[in-house]
Amino acid sequence: MSDGPAPLERFWNGILPENPVYRQILGMCPTLAVTATMKSAMTMAAATGFVLICANIITAMIRNQLKAHLRILVFVLTIATFVTIADRVLAAYMYDMSKQLGPYIPLIIVNCLIICRCEVCASKQGVWTAICDAVGNSLGFALGLASMATVREILATGSWFDIHMFWLAGTPGEKFRWALMALPPGAFLTLGFLLGAGNWIGDAMAGKKKAQAA
Amino acid sequence: MEYITELLLIAVGAAIINNFVLIYFVGICPFIGVSRRVDMAFGMGCAVTFVMAIAGTLSWIFTYYVLRPDAPLATAVYHLFGGEGPSDLSILNYLVYIFVIASSVQLVEMYVRKFFPSLYKSFGVFLPLITTNCAILFACLYILKMVVGADTPAQMWDLGQSLTLSVFAGLGFTLAIVIMAGIREELDLCDVPKPLRGAGITLLVAAILAMAFMAFAGVNKNLMNLLTPAPAAASTTDDAGKKSQTAETTNADTNETQITMQGAK
Repeated sequence: MSDGPAPLERFWNGILPENPVYRQILGMCPTLAVTATMKSAMTMAAATGFVLICANIITAMIRNQLKAHLRILVFVLTIATFVTIADRVLAAYMYDMSKQLGPYIPLIIVNCLIICRCEVCASKQGVWTAICDAVGNSLGFALGLASMATVREILATGSWFDIHMFWLAGTPGEKFRWALMALPPGAFLTLGFLLGAGNWIGDAMAGKKKAQAA
Repeated sequence: MEYITELLLIAVGAAIINNFVLIYFVGICPFIGVSRRVDMAFGMGCAVTFVMAIAGTLSWIFTYYVLRPDAPLATAVYHLFGGEGPSDLSILNYLVYIFVIASSVQLVEMYVRKFFPSLYKSFGVFLPLITTNCAILFACLYILKMVVGADTPAQMWDLGQSLTLSVFAGLGFTLAIVIMAGIREELDLCDVPKPLRGAGITLLVAAILAMAFMAFAGVNKNLMNLLTPAPAAASTTDDAGKKSQTAETTNADTNETQITMQGAK
Protein backbone atom coordinates (compact mmCIF):
# COMPACT_ATOMS: atom_id res chain seq x y z
CA MET A 1 0.00 0.00 0.00
CA SER A 2 2.70 2.46 0.96
CA ASP A 3 4.54 2.67 -2.33
CA GLY A 4 5.94 5.94 -3.57
CA PRO A 5 7.28 8.82 -1.47
CA ALA A 6 6.39 9.31 2.19
CA PRO A 7 3.55 11.72 3.07
CA LEU A 8 5.81 14.57 4.17
CA GLU A 9 7.97 14.18 1.12
CA ARG A 10 4.86 14.39 -1.04
CA PHE A 11 3.91 17.57 0.76
CA TRP A 12 7.26 19.17 -0.05
CA ASN A 13 7.30 17.77 -3.59
CA GLY A 14 3.99 19.45 -4.31
CA ILE A 15 5.29 22.87 -3.34
CA LEU A 16 8.56 23.15 -5.25
CA PRO A 17 10.17 20.12 -6.94
CA GLU A 18 6.91 19.14 -8.66
CA ASN A 19 5.17 22.49 -8.64
CA PRO A 20 1.78 22.03 -10.38
CA VAL A 21 2.12 25.14 -12.53
CA TYR A 22 5.80 25.18 -13.44
CA ARG A 23 6.87 21.54 -13.37
CA GLN A 24 3.73 19.50 -14.06
CA ILE A 25 2.12 22.17 -16.32
CA LEU A 26 -1.36 21.41 -14.97
CA GLY A 27 -4.29 23.71 -14.36
CA MET A 28 -3.34 26.18 -17.03
CA CYS A 29 -6.77 27.75 -17.51
CA PRO A 30 -7.04 29.47 -14.09
CA THR A 31 -3.32 30.22 -14.13
CA LEU A 32 -3.81 32.32 -17.22
CA ALA A 33 -7.31 33.60 -16.69
CA VAL A 34 -7.55 34.91 -13.14
CA THR A 35 -4.05 36.22 -12.51
CA ALA A 36 -4.63 39.78 -13.70
CA THR A 37 -4.86 40.87 -10.06
CA MET A 38 -3.45 39.36 -6.89
CA LYS A 39 -6.82 39.35 -5.11
CA SER A 40 -8.62 37.24 -7.68
CA ALA A 41 -5.64 34.91 -7.98
CA MET A 42 -5.59 34.25 -4.24
CA THR A 43 -9.35 33.70 -4.10
CA MET A 44 -9.01 31.22 -6.91
CA ALA A 45 -6.11 29.46 -5.18
CA ALA A 46 -8.12 29.17 -1.98
CA ALA A 47 -11.16 27.76 -3.78
CA THR A 48 -9.05 25.29 -5.74
CA GLY A 49 -7.20 24.23 -2.60
CA PHE A 50 -10.46 23.62 -0.73
CA VAL A 51 -11.85 21.52 -3.57
CA LEU A 52 -8.58 19.62 -4.03
CA ILE A 53 -8.24 18.70 -0.35
CA CYS A 54 -11.89 17.66 0.05
CA ALA A 55 -11.93 15.68 -3.20
CA ASN A 56 -8.69 13.93 -2.31
CA ILE A 57 -10.06 12.92 1.13
CA ILE A 58 -13.29 11.52 -0.33
CA THR A 59 -11.46 9.72 -3.13
CA ALA A 60 -8.99 8.17 -0.70
CA MET A 61 -11.88 6.99 1.46
CA ILE A 62 -13.75 5.30 -1.37
CA ARG A 63 -10.67 4.07 -3.26
CA ASN A 64 -11.44 0.39 -2.67
CA GLN A 65 -14.96 0.63 -4.10
CA LEU A 66 -13.89 2.30 -7.35
CA LYS A 67 -14.48 0.51 -10.64
CA ALA A 68 -11.65 1.11 -13.08
CA HIS A 69 -13.71 2.25 -16.08
CA LEU A 70 -15.95 4.58 -14.06
CA ARG A 71 -13.33 6.17 -11.85
CA ILE A 72 -12.85 9.39 -13.85
CA LEU A 73 -16.60 9.99 -13.76
CA VAL A 74 -16.66 9.41 -10.01
CA PHE A 75 -13.74 11.82 -9.51
CA VAL A 76 -15.40 14.47 -11.60
CA LEU A 77 -18.76 14.16 -9.85
CA THR A 78 -17.07 14.34 -6.43
CA ILE A 79 -15.19 17.44 -7.52
CA ALA A 80 -18.35 18.98 -8.98
CA THR A 81 -20.11 18.62 -5.63
CA PHE A 82 -17.37 20.48 -3.77
CA VAL A 83 -17.15 23.11 -6.48
CA THR A 84 -20.87 23.78 -6.06
CA ILE A 85 -20.25 24.32 -2.33
CA ALA A 86 -17.31 26.64 -3.00
CA ASP A 87 -19.31 28.55 -5.60
CA ARG A 88 -22.27 29.08 -3.25
CA VAL A 89 -20.02 30.17 -0.37
CA LEU A 90 -18.20 32.66 -2.59
CA ALA A 91 -21.47 34.03 -3.96
CA ALA A 92 -22.79 34.46 -0.41
CA TYR A 93 -19.78 36.04 1.29
CA MET A 94 -17.68 37.58 -1.50
CA TYR A 95 -20.25 38.60 -4.07
CA ASP A 96 -18.05 41.02 -6.03
CA MET A 97 -15.23 38.53 -6.26
CA SER A 98 -17.55 35.75 -7.41
CA LYS A 99 -18.94 38.08 -10.08
CA GLN A 100 -15.42 38.91 -11.20
CA LEU A 101 -14.25 35.31 -11.37
CA GLY A 102 -17.47 34.35 -13.12
CA PRO A 103 -17.29 31.05 -14.99
CA TYR A 104 -13.79 30.25 -13.80
CA ILE A 105 -15.06 29.02 -10.42
CA PRO A 106 -17.20 26.25 -11.99
CA LEU A 107 -14.30 25.53 -14.32
CA ILE A 108 -12.39 24.22 -11.28
CA ILE A 109 -14.33 21.00 -11.97
CA VAL A 110 -12.24 20.33 -15.05
CA ASN A 111 -8.97 21.61 -13.59
CA CYS A 112 -6.57 18.87 -14.65
CA LEU A 113 -4.58 19.32 -11.45
CA ILE A 114 -7.34 18.01 -9.21
CA ILE A 115 -8.22 15.06 -11.44
CA CYS A 116 -4.51 14.25 -11.78
CA ARG A 117 -3.97 14.24 -8.00
CA CYS A 118 -7.07 12.06 -7.48
CA GLU A 119 -5.88 9.63 -10.12
CA VAL A 120 -2.18 9.53 -9.23
CA CYS A 121 -2.29 9.76 -5.47
CA ALA A 122 -5.65 9.64 -3.72
CA SER A 123 -7.05 6.59 -5.52
CA LYS A 124 -4.02 4.54 -4.49
CA GLN A 125 -3.01 5.86 -1.06
CA GLY A 126 -4.50 6.26 2.39
CA VAL A 127 -6.32 9.33 3.67
CA TRP A 128 -3.33 10.86 5.53
CA THR A 129 -1.05 10.58 2.50
CA ALA A 130 -3.76 12.03 0.28
CA ILE A 131 -4.23 15.01 2.60
CA CYS A 132 -0.48 15.74 2.65
CA ASP A 133 -0.33 15.48 -1.11
CA ALA A 134 -3.36 17.73 -1.59
CA VAL A 135 -2.14 20.41 0.84
CA GLY A 136 1.31 20.43 -0.76
CA ASN A 137 -0.11 20.69 -4.24
CA SER A 138 -2.56 23.43 -3.35
CA LEU A 139 0.24 25.45 -1.77
CA GLY A 140 2.33 24.88 -4.89
CA PHE A 141 -0.60 25.97 -7.06
CA ALA A 142 -1.09 29.07 -4.90
CA LEU A 143 2.61 29.83 -5.28
CA GLY A 144 2.36 29.53 -9.05
CA LEU A 145 -0.70 31.78 -9.22
CA ALA A 146 0.90 34.29 -6.85
CA SER A 147 4.06 34.57 -8.93
CA MET A 148 2.03 35.10 -12.11
CA ALA A 149 -0.26 37.65 -10.48
CA THR A 150 2.63 39.53 -8.90
CA VAL A 151 4.33 40.06 -12.22
CA ARG A 152 1.15 40.89 -14.08
CA GLU A 153 -0.44 43.20 -11.54
CA ILE A 154 2.72 45.18 -10.88
CA LEU A 155 3.46 45.60 -14.57
CA ALA A 156 -0.12 46.36 -15.55
CA THR A 157 -1.24 48.74 -12.82
CA GLY A 158 1.79 49.44 -10.65
CA SER A 159 0.09 48.07 -7.56
CA TRP A 160 0.15 44.79 -5.65
CA PHE A 161 -2.91 43.52 -3.75
CA ASP A 162 -4.38 46.92 -4.66
CA ILE A 163 -1.55 48.55 -2.68
CA HIS A 164 0.11 51.18 -4.77
CA MET A 165 3.78 50.31 -5.23
CA PHE A 166 5.20 53.26 -7.11
CA TRP A 167 4.00 56.17 -5.06
CA LEU A 168 6.73 58.41 -6.40
CA ALA A 169 5.56 57.93 -9.98
CA GLY A 170 2.10 59.43 -9.47
CA THR A 171 -1.35 58.03 -8.76
CA PRO A 172 -2.14 54.42 -9.71
CA GLY A 173 -2.86 53.77 -13.34
CA GLU A 174 -1.62 57.18 -14.38
CA LYS A 175 2.06 57.00 -15.21
CA PHE A 176 2.90 53.40 -14.61
CA ARG A 177 0.72 51.41 -16.88
CA TRP A 178 1.30 48.55 -19.26
CA ALA A 179 -2.26 47.57 -20.11
CA LEU A 180 -1.26 44.66 -22.31
CA MET A 181 -0.18 42.77 -19.20
CA ALA A 182 -3.75 42.75 -17.88
CA LEU A 183 -5.06 41.51 -21.25
CA PRO A 184 -4.88 37.94 -22.61
CA PRO A 185 -1.53 38.25 -24.46
CA GLY A 186 0.13 39.46 -21.26
CA ALA A 187 -0.95 36.28 -19.49
CA PHE A 188 0.59 34.07 -22.18
CA LEU A 189 3.78 36.15 -22.24
CA THR A 190 4.24 36.14 -18.47
CA LEU A 191 3.63 32.42 -18.15
CA GLY A 192 5.94 31.64 -21.06
CA PHE A 193 8.83 33.63 -19.59
CA LEU A 194 8.22 32.39 -16.03
CA LEU A 195 8.15 28.79 -17.28
CA GLY A 196 11.43 29.39 -19.08
CA ALA A 197 12.95 30.95 -15.95
CA GLY A 198 11.69 28.05 -13.82
CA ASN A 199 13.23 25.51 -16.18
CA TRP A 200 16.48 27.46 -16.27
CA ILE A 201 16.77 27.54 -12.47
CA GLY A 202 15.77 23.88 -12.25
CA ASP A 203 18.42 22.87 -14.79
CA ALA A 204 21.07 24.96 -13.06
CA MET A 205 20.27 23.35 -9.71
CA ALA A 206 20.33 19.86 -11.21
CA GLY A 207 23.70 20.63 -12.79
CA LYS A 208 25.07 21.80 -9.43
CA LYS A 209 23.84 18.65 -7.71
CA LYS A 210 25.50 16.50 -10.37
CA ALA A 211 28.74 18.42 -10.00
CA GLN A 212 28.65 17.92 -6.23
CA ALA A 213 27.98 14.22 -6.59
CA ALA A 214 30.82 13.75 -9.05
CA MET B 1 -33.88 37.89 -41.21
CA GLU B 2 -33.35 39.39 -37.80
CA TYR B 3 -32.85 35.97 -36.31
CA ILE B 4 -30.30 34.96 -38.96
CA THR B 5 -28.33 38.14 -38.29
CA GLU B 6 -28.31 37.34 -34.61
CA LEU B 7 -27.06 33.83 -35.28
CA LEU B 8 -24.33 35.18 -37.54
CA LEU B 9 -23.20 37.59 -34.85
CA ILE B 10 -23.09 34.81 -32.28
CA ALA B 11 -21.12 32.64 -34.70
CA VAL B 12 -18.51 35.27 -35.51
CA GLY B 13 -18.29 36.25 -31.87
CA ALA B 14 -17.69 32.71 -30.67
CA ALA B 15 -15.30 31.64 -33.41
CA ILE B 16 -13.12 34.67 -33.94
CA ILE B 17 -13.69 37.70 -31.75
CA ASN B 18 -13.89 35.94 -28.42
CA ASN B 19 -11.91 32.89 -29.40
CA PHE B 20 -12.28 30.43 -26.53
CA VAL B 21 -8.61 29.51 -26.39
CA LEU B 22 -6.93 32.84 -26.95
CA ILE B 23 -9.30 35.23 -25.21
CA TYR B 24 -11.04 33.14 -22.50
CA PHE B 25 -8.11 30.74 -21.88
CA VAL B 26 -10.21 27.60 -21.86
CA GLY B 27 -8.95 24.41 -23.45
CA ILE B 28 -5.31 25.37 -22.91
CA CYS B 29 -4.29 21.81 -21.98
CA PRO B 30 -4.97 20.28 -25.44
CA PHE B 31 -3.82 23.55 -27.02
CA ILE B 32 -0.35 22.94 -25.57
CA GLY B 33 -0.41 19.16 -25.42
CA VAL B 34 -1.83 18.13 -28.80
CA SER B 35 -0.55 20.93 -31.03
CA ARG B 36 2.64 19.20 -32.12
CA ARG B 37 1.39 18.12 -35.56
CA VAL B 38 -1.27 19.57 -37.81
CA ASP B 39 -3.18 16.36 -38.54
CA MET B 40 -3.44 15.47 -34.86
CA ALA B 41 -4.48 19.00 -33.99
CA PHE B 42 -7.18 18.92 -36.66
CA GLY B 43 -8.49 15.58 -35.38
CA MET B 44 -8.65 16.94 -31.85
CA GLY B 45 -10.43 20.06 -33.06
CA CYS B 46 -13.05 18.02 -34.92
CA ALA B 47 -13.65 15.80 -31.91
CA VAL B 48 -14.03 18.80 -29.62
CA THR B 49 -16.41 20.53 -32.05
CA PHE B 50 -18.56 17.42 -32.28
CA VAL B 51 -18.73 16.83 -28.53
CA MET B 52 -19.33 20.52 -27.92
CA ALA B 53 -22.29 20.57 -30.30
CA ILE B 54 -23.89 17.59 -28.56
CA ALA B 55 -23.11 18.80 -25.05
CA GLY B 56 -24.29 22.32 -25.84
CA THR B 57 -27.61 21.09 -27.19
CA LEU B 58 -28.20 18.74 -24.28
CA SER B 59 -27.23 21.33 -21.71
CA TRP B 60 -29.63 23.85 -23.24
CA ILE B 61 -32.42 21.28 -23.06
CA PHE B 62 -31.66 20.46 -19.43
CA THR B 63 -31.21 24.10 -18.45
CA TYR B 64 -34.38 25.28 -20.14
CA TYR B 65 -36.74 22.52 -19.13
CA VAL B 66 -35.35 21.30 -15.82
CA LEU B 67 -32.67 23.34 -14.12
CA ARG B 68 -33.51 27.02 -14.42
CA PRO B 69 -35.74 28.69 -11.85
CA ASP B 70 -39.38 28.15 -12.82
CA ALA B 71 -38.48 25.54 -15.44
CA PRO B 72 -41.63 23.93 -16.88
CA LEU B 73 -40.77 20.26 -16.44
CA ALA B 74 -39.28 20.52 -12.96
CA THR B 75 -42.15 22.73 -11.76
CA ALA B 76 -44.71 20.26 -13.08
CA VAL B 77 -43.07 17.38 -11.24
CA TYR B 78 -42.73 19.54 -8.14
CA HIS B 79 -46.44 20.37 -8.20
CA LEU B 80 -47.32 16.75 -8.86
CA PHE B 81 -45.80 15.89 -5.50
CA GLY B 82 -47.70 18.66 -3.74
CA GLY B 83 -45.13 21.46 -3.87
CA GLU B 84 -46.11 25.07 -4.31
CA GLY B 85 -44.61 27.91 -6.28
CA PRO B 86 -41.80 27.69 -8.81
CA SER B 87 -39.06 25.09 -8.53
CA ASP B 88 -35.35 25.94 -8.55
CA LEU B 89 -32.83 23.20 -9.19
CA SER B 90 -29.91 25.45 -10.05
CA ILE B 91 -27.82 23.91 -7.28
CA LEU B 92 -27.53 20.83 -9.50
CA ASN B 93 -26.23 22.80 -12.50
CA TYR B 94 -22.60 21.73 -12.43
CA LEU B 95 -23.31 18.10 -11.63
CA VAL B 96 -25.75 17.84 -14.53
CA TYR B 97 -23.40 19.57 -16.98
CA ILE B 98 -20.44 17.41 -16.14
CA PHE B 99 -22.64 14.33 -16.39
CA VAL B 100 -23.95 15.45 -19.77
CA ILE B 101 -20.42 16.08 -21.05
CA ALA B 102 -19.10 12.75 -19.78
CA SER B 103 -21.97 10.82 -21.29
CA SER B 104 -21.79 12.59 -24.63
CA VAL B 105 -18.08 11.83 -24.82
CA GLN B 106 -18.91 8.20 -24.08
CA LEU B 107 -21.60 8.27 -26.77
CA VAL B 108 -19.27 9.75 -29.37
CA GLU B 109 -16.60 7.24 -28.46
CA MET B 110 -18.96 4.28 -28.90
CA TYR B 111 -20.34 5.65 -32.15
CA VAL B 112 -16.94 6.36 -33.67
CA ARG B 113 -15.57 2.98 -32.60
CA LYS B 114 -18.49 1.16 -34.22
CA PHE B 115 -18.75 3.08 -37.49
CA PHE B 116 -15.32 4.64 -38.11
CA PRO B 117 -12.71 2.24 -36.68
CA SER B 118 -9.80 3.94 -38.45
CA LEU B 119 -10.78 7.37 -37.14
CA TYR B 120 -11.13 5.86 -33.68
CA LYS B 121 -7.60 4.53 -33.87
CA SER B 122 -6.19 7.88 -34.89
CA PHE B 123 -8.04 9.71 -32.08
CA GLY B 124 -6.61 7.28 -29.55
CA VAL B 125 -6.50 8.69 -26.05
CA PHE B 126 -7.80 12.13 -26.99
CA LEU B 127 -11.44 11.14 -26.97
CA PRO B 128 -11.74 10.27 -23.26
CA LEU B 129 -9.59 13.31 -22.45
CA ILE B 130 -12.23 15.60 -23.94
CA THR B 131 -14.32 15.01 -20.81
CA THR B 132 -11.90 17.20 -18.89
CA ASN B 133 -11.60 19.83 -21.61
CA CYS B 134 -12.55 23.14 -20.02
CA ALA B 135 -13.77 24.56 -23.32
CA ILE B 136 -16.83 22.30 -23.39
CA LEU B 137 -17.88 23.06 -19.83
CA PHE B 138 -17.29 26.73 -20.57
CA ALA B 139 -19.70 26.54 -23.53
CA CYS B 140 -22.32 24.94 -21.26
CA LEU B 141 -21.82 27.67 -18.65
CA TYR B 142 -22.09 30.34 -21.35
CA ILE B 143 -25.42 28.90 -22.45
CA LEU B 144 -26.52 28.79 -18.80
CA LYS B 145 -25.68 32.47 -18.44
CA MET B 146 -27.60 33.38 -21.56
CA VAL B 147 -30.68 31.41 -20.47
CA VAL B 148 -30.82 32.22 -16.75
CA GLY B 149 -29.23 35.65 -16.88
CA ALA B 150 -31.60 37.05 -19.54
CA ASP B 151 -33.52 40.14 -18.45
CA THR B 152 -36.75 39.29 -20.24
CA PRO B 153 -38.07 35.93 -21.43
CA ALA B 154 -37.78 37.17 -25.02
CA GLN B 155 -34.02 37.61 -24.67
CA MET B 156 -33.59 34.07 -23.42
CA TRP B 157 -31.50 32.03 -25.81
CA ASP B 158 -33.28 29.27 -27.72
CA LEU B 159 -31.93 26.00 -29.04
CA GLY B 160 -30.73 27.46 -32.36
CA GLN B 161 -28.62 30.12 -30.69
CA SER B 162 -27.10 27.62 -28.26
CA LEU B 163 -26.29 25.21 -31.05
CA THR B 164 -24.71 28.00 -33.12
CA LEU B 165 -22.57 29.06 -30.18
CA SER B 166 -21.32 25.57 -29.43
CA VAL B 167 -20.58 24.62 -33.05
CA PHE B 168 -18.74 27.83 -33.84
CA ALA B 169 -16.87 27.90 -30.55
CA GLY B 170 -15.63 24.43 -31.48
CA LEU B 171 -14.62 25.68 -34.91
CA GLY B 172 -12.77 28.58 -33.30
CA PHE B 173 -10.95 26.11 -31.10
CA THR B 174 -10.02 24.07 -34.20
CA LEU B 175 -8.80 27.21 -35.94
CA ALA B 176 -6.58 28.23 -33.03
CA ILE B 177 -5.11 24.78 -32.45
CA VAL B 178 -4.42 24.20 -36.18
CA ILE B 179 -2.67 27.57 -36.54
CA MET B 180 -0.64 26.73 -33.46
CA ALA B 181 0.30 23.29 -34.79
CA GLY B 182 1.39 24.82 -38.10
CA ILE B 183 3.67 27.26 -36.31
CA ARG B 184 5.06 24.55 -34.05
CA GLU B 185 5.94 22.34 -37.00
CA GLU B 186 8.10 25.19 -38.27
CA LEU B 187 9.48 25.81 -34.77
CA ASP B 188 11.00 22.34 -34.77
CA LEU B 189 13.59 23.66 -37.19
CA CYS B 190 14.45 26.69 -35.08
CA ASP B 191 17.11 27.06 -32.44
CA VAL B 192 15.01 27.74 -29.34
CA PRO B 193 16.81 28.44 -26.05
CA LYS B 194 16.82 25.23 -24.02
CA PRO B 195 14.71 26.34 -21.01
CA LEU B 196 11.97 27.64 -23.31
CA ARG B 197 11.64 24.46 -25.36
CA GLY B 198 8.23 22.78 -25.28
CA ALA B 199 5.56 24.63 -23.32
CA GLY B 200 7.49 27.87 -22.88
CA ILE B 201 7.88 28.76 -26.53
CA THR B 202 4.33 27.56 -27.22
CA LEU B 203 3.01 30.06 -24.71
CA LEU B 204 5.09 32.87 -26.17
CA VAL B 205 3.77 32.08 -29.64
CA ALA B 206 0.27 31.96 -28.19
CA ALA B 207 0.83 35.46 -26.80
CA ILE B 208 1.54 36.76 -30.30
CA LEU B 209 -1.48 34.87 -31.65
CA ALA B 210 -3.66 36.35 -28.90
CA MET B 211 -2.45 39.82 -29.86
CA ALA B 212 -3.41 39.10 -33.45
CA PHE B 213 -6.85 37.90 -32.41
CA MET B 214 -7.38 41.00 -30.27
CA ALA B 215 -7.40 42.98 -33.47
CA PHE B 216 -10.82 41.47 -34.19
CA ALA B 217 -12.36 43.33 -31.27
CA GLY B 218 -15.00 45.67 -32.59
CA VAL B 219 -15.73 43.62 -35.69
CA ASN B 220 -18.96 42.52 -34.04
CA LYS B 221 -20.41 46.02 -33.81
CA ASN B 222 -19.47 46.91 -37.36
CA LEU B 223 -20.94 43.69 -38.65
CA MET B 224 -24.17 44.47 -36.83
CA ASN B 225 -24.30 47.92 -38.40
CA LEU B 226 -23.69 46.38 -41.78
CA LEU B 227 -26.31 43.66 -41.48
CA THR B 228 -29.11 45.49 -39.73
CA PRO B 229 -31.30 46.87 -42.51
CA ALA B 230 -31.74 50.62 -42.40
CA PRO B 231 -35.10 51.48 -40.81
CA ALA B 232 -36.73 53.26 -43.77
CA ALA B 233 -35.28 52.10 -47.07
CA ALA B 234 -37.65 53.34 -49.75
CA SER B 235 -36.11 52.93 -53.20
CA THR B 236 -33.18 50.85 -54.45
CA THR B 237 -30.96 53.85 -55.21
CA ASP B 238 -31.62 55.17 -51.76
CA ASP B 239 -30.74 51.76 -50.41
CA ALA B 240 -27.44 51.65 -52.29
CA GLY B 241 -26.56 55.12 -51.08
CA LYS B 242 -27.31 54.11 -47.54
CA LYS B 243 -25.23 50.99 -47.90
CA SER B 244 -22.16 52.93 -48.95
CA GLN B 245 -22.82 55.32 -46.13
CA THR B 246 -22.93 52.50 -43.59
CA ALA B 247 -19.73 51.12 -45.10
CA GLU B 248 -18.11 54.48 -44.56
CA THR B 249 -19.29 54.73 -41.00
CA THR B 250 -18.09 51.21 -40.28
CA ASN B 251 -14.69 52.12 -41.65
CA ALA B 252 -14.60 55.13 -39.39
CA ASP B 253 -15.64 52.90 -36.49
CA THR B 254 -12.87 50.44 -37.21
CA ASN B 255 -10.30 53.20 -37.25
CA GLU B 256 -11.65 54.51 -34.01
CA THR B 257 -11.46 51.13 -32.26
CA GLN B 258 -7.95 50.62 -33.57
CA ILE B 259 -6.90 53.98 -32.23
CA THR B 260 -8.45 53.33 -28.84
CA MET B 261 -6.79 49.96 -28.68
CA GLN B 262 -3.44 51.42 -29.51
CA GLY B 263 -4.03 54.02 -26.86
CA ALA B 264 -4.79 51.27 -24.37
CA LYS B 265 -1.55 49.58 -25.24
